[in-house]
Amino acid sequence: MRIDIDKDVCIGAGQCALTAPDVFTQDDEGYSTLLPGREDGGDSPLVREAARACPVAAITVSETVG
Amino acid sequence: MTDLTEPVVFPQDRTCPYHPPTAYDPLRGTRPLTEITLFDGRRAWLVTGHALARQLLADPRLSSNRNRPGFPMTTPRFAQVRDRRLALLGVDDPEHRVQRRMVLPEFTLKRADALRPRIEEIVDERLEAMIAQGPPADLVAAFALPVPSMVICALLGVPYADHDFFEEQSRRLLRGPTAADAEAARTRLEVYLGELIDRKRKDPGDGLLDDLVHQQLRDGVIDRELLIAMAIILLVAGHETTANMISLGTYTLLQHPERLAELRADPALLPGAVEELMRMLSIADGLLRVATEDIETGGTTIRAGDGVVFATSVINRDESVYADPDTLDFHRPARHHVAFGFGIHQCLGQNLARAELEIALRALLGRLPGLRLAVPAEEIPFKPGDTIQGMLELPVAW
Repeated sequence: MRIDIDKDVCIGAGQCALTAPDVFTQDDEGYSTLLPGREDGGDSPLVREAARACPVAAITVSETVG
Repeated sequence: MTDLTEPVVFPQDRTCPYHPPTAYDPLRGTRPLTEITLFDGRRAWLVTGHALARQLLADPRLSSNRNRPGFPMTTPRFAQVRDRRLALLGVDDPEHRVQRRMVLPEFTLKRADALRPRIEEIVDERLEAMIAQGPPADLVAAFALPVPSMVICALLGVPYADHDFFEEQSRRLLRGPTAADAEAARTRLEVYLGELIDRKRKDPGDGLLDDLVHQQLRDGVIDRELLIAMAIILLVAGHETTANMISLGTYTLLQHPERLAELRADPALLPGAVEELMRMLSIADGLLRVATEDIETGGTTIRAGDGVVFATSVINRDESVYADPDTLDFHRPARHHVAFGFGIHQCLGQNLARAELEIALRALLGRLPGLRLAVPAEEIPFKPGDTIQGMLELPVAW
């Protein structure tokens, strides 16, 4: 799984970190970022839910091939 | 009998404080977008569908700038202060992004979690004070209002000793008897916070306002007027909304004894209960925007200059998203509600609000197993429809 966060769009609502705390966190400025070692989503079923919870659609989730 | 050719007047008073006004019933489960009439006789669009609300609240063609022609005014007092600077809530990108960035680090999930021990202390202190004086007690005055007020004071660096003053001015700004009264309250808040900011320039503390004063004002990044406008929105939004959620949330639980018993038996349900209460109570009922361009949506065109109002209480009960939406259910997936808004303006303080509500309810239910209304429910006054929803008072015993 590939997760892209558009930091220019992110507003730091924290919805992703609230929904999938094992994958997302907020950096010192408050913007969304992936936890170290969890850049591929770690098979969490909550990643897509977190993307849907984002109020500004800053998170894109895509399946990686191969 | 309902005649749909005559637009519903918005806003209306609720009949039950935790349900949408029955006057909105004709708008439920029909079209996601309907025409309404505002207090001044003007027409606007009312969004009631969940999918459409998420789409439009994230649409940059809808502006939050109150000074744009056509911006929908829902009360005379709101119209009266439309020329006063409304930071964050009242600005569009890119200006909005700059303002939000200045305060965002203080409102992350991590910061809210770090504040939990302090919130717990405040909650316990207020609860013990209330218990020492009663029963009975007015839960609004003794607990629901002071808790968030003390929390936001600590966060901003505003002296809590001044709480009678700023709580009263906030009350007048949001639901004063006249528009002129609301405007005067806004002026008093500007003067008060302006003086506080000036004092902080000479004698800094460690609150968010101190941080803004020293990092931004001194560097000339933002002017004093903007700083005052930011302080007003953070202070007012920081205590009024959460106070209403605590009072109305408690009232709602007391009116649902089975759900209350379920929550007492299993406190692990609390985060879900908080989310469900947010959805069900939708206390900020009527988010306002104006279209800057024509927007085509499902066969209807919202024209540039049209006002658009989002009825969160109806949106959050969209049957296509929430099964049996009028039922309080702590097990449902209540997330994706729009009680905190959606799009770039989604509530900055939502993580703090969740923490405060969860801690306040846990303490209240844990410490007072016999908590009950002290007078019949129908005698307890709640707020009119043209402001943030909540209880005016909440007489309780235990």
